[in-house]
Amino acid sequence: MGMGSRLALIFKAKANKALDRAEDPREVLDYSYEKQLELLTKVRRGVADVATSRKRLEIQMQQLQASADKLQGQAQQAVGAGRDDLAREALTRRAAANQQLSDLQTQHAQLQAEEEKLTLASQRLQAKVDAFRTRKETIKATYTAAEAQTKIGEAMSGISEEMGDVGMAMQRAEDKTAQMQARAGAVDELLASGALDDASSPLGKQDDIQRELDAMSSGSNVELELAKLKGELPAGQAPSAIEAGGTQSAATEPAAQEEQK
Amino acid sequence: MIVRILGEGQVDVPDGELDALNTLDDTLQRAVEGGNEDEFTQSLVALLSRVREVGRPLPDDEIVPSDLVLPSADASLAEVRELLGEEGLIPG
Repeated sequence: MGMGSRLALIFKAKANKALDRAEDPREVLDYSYEKQLELLTKVRRGVADVATSRKRLEIQMQQLQASADKLQGQAQQAVGAGRDDLAREALTRRAAANQQLSDLQTQHAQLQAEEEKLTLASQRLQAKVDAFRTRKETIKATYTAAEAQTKIGEAMSGISEEMGDVGMAMQRAEDKTAQMQARAGAVDELLASGALDDASSPLGKQDDIQRELDAMSSGSNVELELAKLKGELPAGQAPSAIEAGGTQSAATEPAAQEEQK
Repeated sequence: MIVRILGEGQVDVPDGELDALNTLDDTLQRAVEGGNEDEFTQSLVALLSRVREVGRPLPDDEIVPSDLVLPSADASLAEVRELLGEEGLIPG
């Protein structure tokens, strides 16, 4: 016997078991209908849970992207200032942020797939539950006991198979969500520890790279001021030379731009 | 013949396709027994694509048991083993 047939038998065996236990097969219909409604509620909640997790992932992905962008900017700034060591550090952290980001992207895609499947499953189950309710009343009202028995068996096999399938889809989605949440927690910790420099953190909290860059630029500002002051010192020719130089460069600038075009 | 793909729903497959599907199903069964993950995934994907190709999706509000139930394409060998082993030995 092939595997598909073996799996089909498992579902049938389960439906039969439920029927065997019941004294009046018609009671099984009502009981099953109750179970279907319960499952439907659970599946809808499941869809909402997966969506919540997906949104959380999206927020984290934005945060990581912002971190990576900021680190890239810092690296450029550091290279401009001739500080390769700082640039290297920033690039290393950016690589770590990008790695996390690509992992999250993979998980996001998986979660989205589960969400879509579960949404479809919930729609399918809704349609089947409605159809089952109609059929249940028809069976109860119309058929003789023997006929009812056969119809009940068919309806039960069909619906319990659907419920088994949806139940499994739920389980898968729950597992994926749980994995994702563990992961999201780890990323949150990483961001909180400052290892990736959470760019979304409140203003004022600065990472070490930024501090050094700021210190350097304020340092070089001081040097500039100093040079300017020194230049102004000998009152007489020097200041006018600076002014003349300034005017000249301002006048030549547009010409240089024209040339570039 | 009604075939369910787990997680996807049911399709109605023309009876004329039965032999071809059975051959693919047997290959899958051997892969499960042999415990070869690659072979398993390959044969499962082959079987599922064939079913989707020739099958007509059943309306959502139709309630019928399936003649054949197939794992979803992303199922692992371990998952399918668990599924089959759930009830111990399968009757029949």
